[in-house]
Amino acid sequence: MSDTLVKMTGVGKSFSGVSVLRNVNFTLQAGEVHVLAGENGAGKSTLIKILSGVHNEFTGTMEVFGKAVRFASPLEASRTGISVIHQEMSLIPQMDVVDNIFLGRELRHRPWRVDRAAQERETRRLLARLGLDINLRKPVEEYPMPVRQRIEIAKALAFEARVFIMDEPTSAIPEADVARLFDIIRQLRREGFGIVYISHKMEEIYTIADRITVLRNGEWVGTAAATDMPERDLVKRMVGRELDSRFPPRLGTVGTEPRLAVRNFSLRDPDNGDRRLVRDVSFTVNRGEIVGISGLQGSGNSELLNALFGSYGSLATGTVELDGTVISPPAPGKSIAAGLALLTNDRKASGLVPDASIVNNISLASLRRMSSRSWVNAKKEMEAAERQRRSLRIRLRSLGQPIATLSGGNQQKTLLGRWLETGPKVLLLDEPTRGVDVGAKFEIYDLMNQLTAAGLAIVLITSELPELLAMADRILVMHRGGITAEFSRENATQENIVHAAMGA
Amino acid sequence: MTTPDSTPAEAADVGDAAAVPAGDGGGDDAPRSLVRDLLGKAWVRAFLALVIILVIGCVFNAGGTFFRWSAHRDMLRQSSVYGILACGMTMVIITGGIDLGVGSVLAAVGVPYSLLMMTYGGSAVWVVPLCLCIGTVCGVWNGFLIGRFRFQAFIATLAMMTFARGFAKYISGGRKVMNASYNPDGTFVYNTTFPEFTEWLNSRVLGNNLAVVTIIMLSCMFVTYLVLGKLTWGRYIYSVGGNEEAARLSGVPVLTTKMLAYGMSGLFCAVAGICQAAQEYQGDPEAGTGYELTAIGMVVIGGTSLAGGRGAIGLTLIGVLTMGYLEKILSLNAVQESSRLMLTAAIIVIAVLFQSSRRK
Repeated sequence: MSDTLVKMTGVGKSFSGVSVLRNVNFTLQAGEVHVLAGENGAGKSTLIKILSGVHNEFTGTMEVFGKAVRFASPLEASRTGISVIHQEMSLIPQMDVVDNIFLGRELRHRPWRVDRAAQERETRRLLARLGLDINLRKPVEEYPMPVRQRIEIAKALAFEARVFIMDEPTSAIPEADVARLFDIIRQLRREGFGIVYISHKMEEIYTIADRITVLRNGEWVGTAAATDMPERDLVKRMVGRELDSRFPPRLGTVGTEPRLAVRNFSLRDPDNGDRRLVRDVSFTVNRGEIVGISGLQGSGNSELLNALFGSYGSLATGTVELDGTVISPPAPGKSIAAGLALLTNDRKASGLVPDASIVNNISLASLRRMSSRSWVNAKKEMEAAERQRRSLRIRLRSLGQPIATLSGGNQQKTLLGRWLETGPKVLLLDEPTRGVDVGAKFEIYDLMNQLTAAGLAIVLITSELPELLAMADRILVMHRGGITAEFSRENATQENIVHAAMGA
Repeated sequence: MTTPDSTPAEAADVGDAAAVPAGDGGGDDAPRSLVRDLLGKAWVRAFLALVIILVIGCVFNAGGTFFRWSAHRDMLRQSSVYGILACGMTMVIITGGIDLGVGSVLAAVGVPYSLLMMTYGGSAVWVVPLCLCIGTVCGVWNGFLIGRFRFQAFIATLAMMTFARGFAKYISGGRKVMNASYNPDGTFVYNTTFPEFTEWLNSRVLGNNLAVVTIIMLSCMFVTYLVLGKLTWGRYIYSVGGNEEAARLSGVPVLTTKMLAYGMSGLFCAVAGICQAAQEYQGDPEAGTGYELTAIGMVVIGGTSLAGGRGAIGLTLIGVLTMGYLEKILSLNAVQESSRLMLTAAIIVIAVLFQSSRRK
């Protein structure tokens, strides 16, 4: 197949005089999955926004289905056949499946009458192609993420899309559903659609990619078949330098005295008091140790971390000891004072105060220490921010700039700075490298090494198994709210972790 | 070990320079011309709107009246009550809320103030603190409902708006509380001497050049500035408005913060209520109707975002002046009320459009 769907030649784009994309070439053939790889800020999103009509001022040319085009709007792009499957889903939660799929292009008998029956027939046919048989009258919010994602794909099919743009499609869905999504992507590929795929996860890239285009710093670095660009080569091109490996060696020695001891810890479901999200969990984390907690989405590992920190208040029961002292009852303020810190898995929803400055974001959790009788000591606050900026190497223009203007990796580092400034004894890290580029990931791993060497204990949750295997000294696996297996660093493998996580 | 430590700064810089414009955050990181840079700042845009209004004032100067200080002094006096309300409104809006009750609470304080001071001859020493308490309690109650029971601010303060109006009518018996002594047979004599404190509130200082109420407004703004800019509570207010969940997880006492913000709003309503009652020499249970909208308008014209997390009292001061001057210029030129309302609406739309156009 050599049917070219998209051909972008010498594409460039600048914002207020700063060029963010220079002379990029990109082609998409029918029936291929073309991965766009690059660090955060490499220009992937910009390229995609040009392709999908969000940005219409650019230099260079773009041909879609053999015709030179310059979309005036995203709507025009989607009418032409280019659909974006959004990270944040574009479905309207309260509307039912059919209405969502035909929103804006309803099938009509007459100009003023929607043909419900025809829409339902068509919807059923589209969903069947994606292996989905669901009640079409239910609002989409009642379906879990993976189903919503497939509805979104069906919507794109209904728009007669020929090009699908998927921007980190697996970040929103549980690991168990990833395989299903890949099946669908392969099916689309077989049917002759073109797929532009963005991902930061190496495993994914090599599972699904036919070709890979690497961007770095707004420039085209290379395009090659996935088989011709091994991982090491890809990483090198992405970061522009040789990284010995994606992970630093795990340094430091694990102490013997426990810093965190959790006994008979349970969490009731806030939506359903009879159910327990975490059941009678007990474990300890020693000084200098990184304990990984693995589990599929819904296994309760993330909930456990949040409950330990006090996010769920008194729904959590059990004993939590920090350096031998029992902390209770659970509430974030008290946990912070006792020496716990939690980096949540959703930066946007529960981490950043987007409009506030970097300084204020860093000081937020330790403001009491930086003030006397409620008067903020601006000097102390600035010193703290500067200290964290230096030790975490946060790249910024000024400490006063809003945190929202930083790249993902630097935002994450800033949030880490917020928690380190509280002087924690135990760090609870929930997906600390999510949405963070390769270089910054490495720095975060490095930091974890330094912190444990200094005596901190870390509890780590990550859905990337290689990361877990590389960083954790001990791995606990959760399934349906309970700990079902424990592996030492030596005998942990991807296979036995996945096995235990599935409850086998 | 090859770690990013050892990498030259080049890789780092590169990542960041490109990072920002590529993300949704927009090109805030890009070096720009001075003008663009300045226009990116909320206070510059707010100030520009004010300057435009002032230029209009200079053109339509009503035979030179606009160039006399008395015009400006009166504008300030007339805007003061609104300005005081706008202080609390600014805090509440930065938390991501809104306070629709300010006009009614103003009346619910003004009536008992007049009643106690004039009808019962009370002393300002205890009447004023009592009145301030009434307002504060109303506000704290709003904050409690919103913070503890997750009421939408709109609903909780709408209820307060209705309740406080009813309260004002209840204690006044539905009539204006005037400075009169009633005889047993129902007739009354209107007194022309007023309580000292009321007279003081109505006077001018600094060689007759500034009204006391204006000083009070500026003091309220200063207090707001201290709370928002210098106290931990200010940080909490911004963080709750910016991302409540992040604030909660960082140990911010969200409920207390909301009670504080709405409580301060209630306190300022009480201050405004006392000033208004003093200026009118009466306690009118219908006073303050529609003031909430003016106060919100002033805050928004200044550039404080209704979405929360962003704004400042300095911006509100500019908003107060913009609205105040607009009113003044229209009245100096004897524009009819009907046209004045329509023009004011137009100016609000234009000003807010101007505020938002460059944000994106």
